[in-house]
Amino acid sequence: MYCAPFWKKKKITDNFRADIISTVEFNYSGELLATGDKGGRVVIFQHEQESKNRPHLRGEYNVYSTFQSHEPEFDYLKSLEIEEKINKIRWLPQQNAAHFLLSTNDKTIKLWKISERDKRAEGYNLKDEDGRLRDPFRITSLRVPVLMPMDLMVEASPRRIFANAHTYHINSISVNSDHETYLSADDLRINLWHLEITDRSFNIVDIKPANMEELTEVITAAECHPHQCNVFVYSSSKGTIRLCDMRAAALCDRHSKFFEEPEDPSSRSFFSEIISSISDVKFSHSGRYMMTRDYLSVKVWDLNMENRPVETYQVHEYLRSKLCSLYENDCIFDKFECCWNGSDSAIMTGSYNNFFRMFDRNTRRDITLEASRESSKPRATLKPRKVSTGGKRKKDEISVDSLDFNKKILHTAWHPKDNVIAVAATNNLYIFQDKIN
Amino acid sequence: MFPKGTKRKFSDSGEEPVSSSDQGQAASSAAAARTLSSSYSLQRQSLLDMSLIKLQLCHMLVEPNLCRSVLIANTVRQIQEEMTQDGTWQIMTQALAAAQCPADRLVATEVLCRQTDAAAQAGQSPKPFSGDVETEVTMSTLSPVSPQLSSASYLAGPFGEQVFGTFEIKHPAPPPDPALEELFSDVDPSYYDLDTVLTGMQSAPKMGPYDLLESLSSHGPTALSSSSSCRSDLNELDHIMEIIVGS
Repeated sequence: MYCAPFWKKKKITDNFRADIISTVEFNYSGELLATGDKGGRVVIFQHEQESKNRPHLRGEYNVYSTFQSHEPEFDYLKSLEIEEKINKIRWLPQQNAAHFLLSTNDKTIKLWKISERDKRAEGYNLKDEDGRLRDPFRITSLRVPVLMPMDLMVEASPRRIFANAHTYHINSISVNSDHETYLSADDLRINLWHLEITDRSFNIVDIKPANMEELTEVITAAECHPHQCNVFVYSSSKGTIRLCDMRAAALCDRHSKFFEEPEDPSSRSFFSEIISSISDVKFSHSGRYMMTRDYLSVKVWDLNMENRPVETYQVHEYLRSKLCSLYENDCIFDKFECCWNGSDSAIMTGSYNNFFRMFDRNTRRDITLEASRESSKPRATLKPRKVSTGGKRKKDEISVDSLDFNKKILHTAWHPKDNVIAVAATNNLYIFQDKIN
Repeated sequence: MFPKGTKRKFSDSGEEPVSSSDQGQAASSAAAARTLSSSYSLQRQSLLDMSLIKLQLCHMLVEPNLCRSVLIANTVRQIQEEMTQDGTWQIMTQALAAAQCPADRLVATEVLCRQTDAAAQAGQSPKPFSGDVETEVTMSTLSPVSPQLSSASYLAGPFGEQVFGTFEIKHPAPPPDPALEELFSDVDPSYYDLDTVLTGMQSAPKMGPYDLLESLSSHGPTALSSSSSCRSDLNELDHIMEIIVGS
């Protein structure tokens, strides 16, 4: 779990803000890594094959394709700007030579096809090599066009646009295990789509109250079960998770299971509800567990036990005494994501000061690492970091008050098979791998 | 991490004052209890004010966020419930009602500055009035924006027009404008009390901060306007922020 970093930094352009990475996702094989940013762009990295010269090192990830997925829009009816920021990217399982992914901003989901072209036909009869049409009277003989190799070109084209189904901001998309449908969730509603049909979707969850004045809870994340195509979960701002079975009813307002940990009365404060709000929910690869991220901790739940999580990991408990200040500067509303490794034996999530945390579920050991240029030279081993909570600060420790709360790691991804992780630190992407191969 | 110069807020949980020693317990513990409770009240009040300002300035965010607004509104309601239980809520609203200056609650910010002075001269303790001024100022600033706030992503269509039309209605000032009354007579004023504040849209500039808190008890929190069209009023908002921060 101790990684040798070889980080890829995205170029800082003039428009700094547009480069802020807003989502990171490996595809099913781990060969491709997609990132989305605030400017509506998607950048896909591809894993290069290992070089023969240095077989002990895995290949690197290099840019494979870049395209503009979403543009800023203006809703004239409501006088509102619709941000082009990519909220989520989810890959479809690969079925042919092309790759497909879903990317979404606040309002519109798009299905993109990414395909390679490395051959070109030459020797057309009706047009010249540069494309100009030939005069048909000049053609004296026919020839069969021949496929010639060309430089690899990666093309991204939008194949479907799923629009106008969400009044509120989309926070999640999740591809179903049937590979035909997917769900999209906004603050108050969840819709089920068929990948082939763009003009219709089924509303499967609606928590909008008749009177908006009574609104006290919103949907924060949703995900399809990895194996059971009829099951999905969604989390709320009150720290609850509802598991729903689509076979039970067309509208899944009534949950099949309700997960909530009873509150600890001794730690109750005015901020209790805010820090219990779940920012991310992820099923384990096995489908037996799910993981939720709230402001201070990560919890692993057994789907068969609703009354409390089976494991709880403290991410940055030292922030509990700073909640009021974090409320004042709005950091308390930061939405951190979390992810499993391929074997479900470890989980990872981000924190502040460009720190991210990994927890080994078997050994119960945890580690804090930093994703920054200063602390990670290429090929060097990452050094564990520690935040000092007591009075005496040891050497190499950093005190809570020195943490930079503008450097937050909200998005991380773990390779589905190998010990390779991708960490997004504002507008930089870091890719780390395990030294031991 | 913390911006310099800000007043130290809620001394977060766990930092309670020390309890009394064995000797002279009765007197010192009573004093400690009084200190504890007043310090706690102050912190709670400060948190309430902060939350209200956050709600009212929600529409100024680059990324409007329904989740954040709902969480803040729930926090405000929690504080209000606790304050109602220990009786401080009624005391606070009564104090404000007594101190509220009538009339002259026009939209223009220079008039609000005069309002501020008048309130200060009333001789009340600074705490309730800083809240009063802040929220009044922010609420009034929002009113010039009303033409653009006629729509909100989180509200149904007709609602926005209602609010837009009613912002001048709830005017406790003695001489109501008969023309205005007639114009908006068919509007139901109960709608906008809470909604306008929690949706980041302007409420009646005349409404004091605790008018809207009263309406909190009758209504739940509502959805948030995500209008970004208020950016044109940033200059006015700068002016308002100077008043809040500078004074």
